[in-house]
Amino acid sequence: MTLHEIRELLDARVLAGKNHLDVEVKTAFSADLMSDVLAFAKPGSIMITGLTNPQVVRIASIVDNSAILIVRGKIPPDETIALAEKLEIPVLSTKYILFETSGRLYANGIVGCIRKIEGPGSVVPL
Amino acid sequence: MSQKYEFSFPVKGDNFDDAGKASIQIKKRLKGLGITGDVLRRTAIAIYESEVNIISYARQGNINIRVTDDNISINIRDSGPGIADIKQAMQQGYSTANDRIRKMGFGAGMGLFNIKNCSDDFEILSKANKGTLLKILINR
Repeated sequence: MTLHEIRELLDARVLAGKNHLDVEVKTAFSADLMSDVLAFAKPGSIMITGLTNPQVVRIASIVDNSAILIVRGKIPPDETIALAEKLEIPVLSTKYILFETSGRLYANGIVGCIRKIEGPGSVVPL
Repeated sequence: MSQKYEFSFPVKGDNFDDAGKASIQIKKRLKGLGITGDVLRRTAIAIYESEVNIISYARQGNINIRVTDDNISINIRDSGPGIADIKQAMQQGYSTANDRIRKMGFGAGMGLFNIKNCSDDFEILSKANKGTLLKILINR
C-alpha cells in the first residue's frame, strides 16, 4: 500500500511529509516501546505508535522507517512535526486505536517485520 | 589507497530532550563516507542505543568512531556508575531504568542485547564508580 492509501483507509491526517506519500509500504511495526522498534523494525516499515515525543522521529530515522503513524487521535507537539519535516519522515495521525489500526492494515496486505520471538536472541522471521 | 576517518561526539548525561541527536549526525556523516544499507543501519542502531545509555545512566560520555576500508569501530566511554554484573546487564529484559526513562519508551532491557546483535564484535569493560567502555566493531 502507498501512504496515500493508508491515509484513506484510516481516515488519517497528514501532519508532516505531505510530498512523500507515494512511498510503497509492505511491513509495519506497532509499539509504544521504542526499545523494541530499535530491535525489531525493518527498513522501509511504517512505525505505528501512541508516542508523540521527538524521540519517535529520531528512532524512525535511525531504523529507516518509511513513515510514522500515530494512533488514538494524538497530535504530536510542534517540535516533533518540525523534526519530521527536517528529516523528511511522513507523520500521519489516525483516530483508530493501535489494535484497530494494525488489524485494518493487516487485512489490506501489510505484514509485520518479524513473526514472533521464540526466546532470547531467537527471532522467527515471516 | 586505504583511508581512515576518525571523529568523536560528546554526549551529556540526563539530557533526554536531545537523545538521538548525536546518533543522527553520526549516521549522516557515515552516509557521507559511502557507508550504506545494512551496515549503516546496524551502526546507527548500536550508536543510538549507546547514546541513550549515556543519557540514562552517566553524567557524560563520548562516542568515538573510526572508519577504515574494512570496518567501523566505535568506542563509547562514559563516566557513569559502571555495570556491576555485565552478564546480568546483557540479559534481555533486565533493566535498572527509572520511570522517567520508561516514559520516553526506553528502559525495556533491550539495549546492550541489541547492540550486541548489531555488532560483529562487542566487548564491555566496566569498573564500579569509574565508568563503562563499550567496544563495538562492525565489518563493512
